[in-house]
Amino acid sequence: MQEKGLLATLARLIPYAGKTIPRLMLGVVVGIAAHMFALALPQVLRELVNGLEESRSIDFLLVSVGLFLFFGASEAVLVLLRRWLVLEPGTQVEARMRNHLYKKLEQLPVSFHDQWPSGQLLSRSVQDLGLLRRWISFGFVLLIANVSMIAVGLVILFNTHWMLGTILLVSSLPFWLRGFNYQREYGLASRQSQDQAGDLATSVEESVHGIRVLKAFGRGEQVAGIFTREARELRMTELRKARLNSNLWLFIILLPELSIGLSLLAGVYLISSGDLSLGGLVSYFATVMVLRWPIESLGFLLAFTLDAKAAVQRFVEVIDKPIDIAEKESLQEIENPIGKLEFKDVHFRYPDAPRNQPDLINGVSFKVEPGQSVAIIGITGSGKSTLTSLTTRLYDVTSGAIEIDGVDIRNLSFGNLRSQIAMAFEDATLFSASVRDNVLLGRPDASDEDLEQALEIAQAQFVYELPDGVETTIGEEGMSLSGGQRQRLALARAVAAKPSILVMDDPLSALDVDTEALVESALRQVLSGTTALIVAHRPSTVMLADKVALMENGQITAFGTHSELLKSSDHYRHVISSFDSEKQVII
Amino acid sequence: MSTFGTLNEDQSELNKEDSRRIRDRSFKLLISLIQPVKKRLYVSFGAGIISQGLRVIGPAIVAYALDTALPAAVNDDQIPLFLAVGGYLMIAIATASLTAFFIRFGARINQDVLLDLRQRMFRHTQKLSIEFHERYTSGRVIARQTSDLDSIRELLDTGGNEMIVSLMFMLFTGAALLILDPESFLILAASWIPLYFITRWFIRSARLQYRKSRVASAQLIVFFVETMTGIKAVKAFRTEKRNQKHYGDLNEDYRKITKRTIQLFGIFDPALIFTGSVAMTMVLLFGGSRVIDGELGIGVLTAALLYTRQFFGPIERIAVFYNSYQAASAALEKISGVLEEEPTVPEPEEPAALGKISGELEFKKVEFNYSNNIPILPNFSLKIAAGQTVALVGTTGAGKSTLAKLVSRFYDPVKGEVSLDGINLREISSEDLRKHIVMVTQEAYLFSGSVADNIALGKPGASREEIAAAAQAVGAHEFILALPEGYDTDVNKRGGRVSAGQRQLISFARAFLADPSVLILDEATSSLDIPSERLVQRGLTTLLKGRTAIIIAHRLSTVAIADRVLVMEHGEIIEDDQPSVLIAGEGKFSKLHKAWRESLV
Repeated sequence: MQEKGLLATLARLIPYAGKTIPRLMLGVVVGIAAHMFALALPQVLRELVNGLEESRSIDFLLVSVGLFLFFGASEAVLVLLRRWLVLEPGTQVEARMRNHLYKKLEQLPVSFHDQWPSGQLLSRSVQDLGLLRRWISFGFVLLIANVSMIAVGLVILFNTHWMLGTILLVSSLPFWLRGFNYQREYGLASRQSQDQAGDLATSVEESVHGIRVLKAFGRGEQVAGIFTREARELRMTELRKARLNSNLWLFIILLPELSIGLSLLAGVYLISSGDLSLGGLVSYFATVMVLRWPIESLGFLLAFTLDAKAAVQRFVEVIDKPIDIAEKESLQEIENPIGKLEFKDVHFRYPDAPRNQPDLINGVSFKVEPGQSVAIIGITGSGKSTLTSLTTRLYDVTSGAIEIDGVDIRNLSFGNLRSQIAMAFEDATLFSASVRDNVLLGRPDASDEDLEQALEIAQAQFVYELPDGVETTIGEEGMSLSGGQRQRLALARAVAAKPSILVMDDPLSALDVDTEALVESALRQVLSGTTALIVAHRPSTVMLADKVALMENGQITAFGTHSELLKSSDHYRHVISSFDSEKQVII
Repeated sequence: MSTFGTLNEDQSELNKEDSRRIRDRSFKLLISLIQPVKKRLYVSFGAGIISQGLRVIGPAIVAYALDTALPAAVNDDQIPLFLAVGGYLMIAIATASLTAFFIRFGARINQDVLLDLRQRMFRHTQKLSIEFHERYTSGRVIARQTSDLDSIRELLDTGGNEMIVSLMFMLFTGAALLILDPESFLILAASWIPLYFITRWFIRSARLQYRKSRVASAQLIVFFVETMTGIKAVKAFRTEKRNQKHYGDLNEDYRKITKRTIQLFGIFDPALIFTGSVAMTMVLLFGGSRVIDGELGIGVLTAALLYTRQFFGPIERIAVFYNSYQAASAALEKISGVLEEEPTVPEPEEPAALGKISGELEFKKVEFNYSNNIPILPNFSLKIAAGQTVALVGTTGAGKSTLAKLVSRFYDPVKGEVSLDGINLREISSEDLRKHIVMVTQEAYLFSGSVADNIALGKPGASREEIAAAAQAVGAHEFILALPEGYDTDVNKRGGRVSAGQRQLISFARAFLADPSVLILDEATSSLDIPSERLVQRGLTTLLKGRTAIIIAHRLSTVAIADRVLVMEHGEIIEDDQPSVLIAGEGKFSKLHKAWRESLV
């Protein structure tokens, strides 16, 4: 990706600021004004003290006090106003970007999620956007206000005497030269540190999601070792950032001081030659002193801005990802679905698969008539699950087409397509919500009867015994359920969606024999009227289907009824049969 | 209400007592974090104070140059001028180098503290029992270790160092004013009263808001993690829009809380500025009137005004620091809560010394229930001889998995004991326990890294040959070789996506490599196709020789290799015999077996 400049990158924030931009700009203006009051206060103070020395009148004192209070109060009010003004823009940008990122992540295809560790996504959504909020409402505003203050200060200095102004300007040259290198190096370090923070988040996430495996093997120490290594790497990067900062600060502190020193020499020379008054030199120093803080803060603000740039970069990296699986502009709609499913010379390979590897799905063609059910059989890794995930466009075919009721699924809206196909995944994902919400995920408006029916078909009546019945919160934030229970709920979820096509990936693998038999008999009724694609390993599941498709290396090598295939296909017998030639169980 | 550990951690409004307890807890954590870097902190304070001191000298030199060196230079005596300029530059160089040093040195301290805390959190959550992880979701653990740690990093970046230096600076300034002009000092001291009230108001409101903000941010993270983990289901069931709405709501809550929190500081900061201005005005008013009365020199008044201003100078920096401190301490409250949690399955204080383990297991009058108090095992006794392979059969909820979890000590029994070779599992160090007892579950989690790394989890440092041998033994070798980069294929990248069955094979190889005395297989082959299962079974017969094994499988094919079958129902064993005997009998197992055989082809 082409590396964009600082401004071009930060400009990506503008659309998120939207209507709050005027507020933000007003905040900047108010910030500048507050700075000007701060700049004026010492000057006023000097005038007051001088005046007091001359007049010694109570009236003058009172006027001075009033003026003084006015200046002080004005600064406070302006600061209050500035902080209040930038509140909305900063938090709005953060919230909008966070919503946009979430939405985008939901839209991005599964293949994206396969490749991106979710810790990297989380760190973008939390840490990076938090940093941007702070930068907008603090860094950005101060940067502009301080630079303006320095500019005004420079004008005052040049007004005092051109030579003194020039000294300050010339002596700041090394800073700009140094700053150029710094910007590049710090930018890289900042990016690296944010990426490493993302890696760290990923490690944390894996360590919690895989806690059972880690416990079972007693490998907590080992992953802690890996985590520590990564945390140390992050520490090294942070220290590198500190080193770069400290080098820059050396210049930032030294240069104004250097120019003060040189100005002393020059000032004395100018005074002795009569070109400058003593008062002029004093006010020169007073101004340089006041400018010291804004100049010094530039170092910090520059680093902050570079951090913000890296955060924006990381954000747009995700936002700019093309959505490979998107809806077409002109869509067809299946209004009265009949549930005909057809695979037409379907090929599929993962976009990042090495070239020399054959397609994972390598030319699959078959038809499932309305109401018919087809079991897909094959050894593990033959492409069964991949084939099922193509039907709802979790992945898109590389070539060929999948058609529902004669319409290419890529011509359907996601809503239309996914309301016709419901999937029961092998790894049953439950969300932190009630049983009802989990089961009715695909059809939130379904009735209680539908819910009950789905639960019955999936033999998931155990939910009625949970503390709050179907209203019990399950999933990670609620009751933990066994593998078999989760699988039954996932099945109930697919059934409850009342799709015209039901796709089930090994839906009964975690069930015991008794429950399996019950589910099968209940499912049979559903399947009598529904088109279905069932990935199966066990003969009992195969029996649910009318036809069997045998998959081998991404191709369908046999298609027919179970008994036909048993007779005709050696490979089928190898895959499905538990007996050897003498009818002895061999597994 | 109990505030122990992570209980009620979403509660932001606490009564005085709870609030104090939690504050003490997080303060103790903070102290313990600072303890190891204490010496370096002193050095850093020292450097800070010196550099502040040097900076105060600078203006004095300028004054000297104007008052003394300038007239001298006009009289052709250049020496004082060069002295002044030279001295000024030297001090400038010293200040700059000291500051540069300060930045590096300080960063090192900060990073060490952070690393320490990161490691503590990580190790502690790893140490906590499964029971904790089932209650406290992954998203929360992640939130604690990411966004909470982030606010502590921010605090460290703001620099506690600088704050103490600033405080010293204020102290010195106050003292100087007291010596110079006690009356002005009184005015300054009077300003501390509103200062106190403003600060107290800020502390109280900020604490509450920051607590709320930690809770809201954790909720946001929990939901985010859940969506990303379940993205397939999200897409397949079209919940994107609903999720966006919910996430948007959570996000808006968080935004509002953040806004309120920042707003508090937005009032606090100008209030401090205003107090400073009023104090200065008062000094001017009273001092000025004394000047008019001739009681006070104009120079003293100028100095008093400058000191008053100086006193309030660093206060904004302190306020910023204090603000981050509030944010960080809300995070520390949550983190210290997690750290306060004790493993419900504790390490033995004096672990038993294990000799050679033969693998005999015994349950002695074991009672067990999960936190909901529904008894799973009412009174369970069982002995499994060393080297025996036991198949556990029974319906869901019979207690099979619970039994497995007790043997692998994911949980401890409520009453009674489980022992290995006669030694109570509670007395065995977790390191020894994991060496001898390994469990493989149907949830075959793969960590990012290569296939080889994932298998090697069973035996860190295993050679490639050992890894390949383990894979071969469970029949995973072929498919692994077919992956783009064989054993080095990254499981997250470039065609490394493996099917559920393949994942199970990999985790099986893991167990094979671990070579334990007791192996527990809880539905470890549920996603395998029949040929793969056949291979695994074949591998198992060699693997299980000389080992104790508990196998839970719905597919009764396992029974073929078992020495003994246990049929469980409602936490009790209802049948227990050799498989051939049970199959020949009339019991439940015989029926199950018949049904199963009929289902085969």
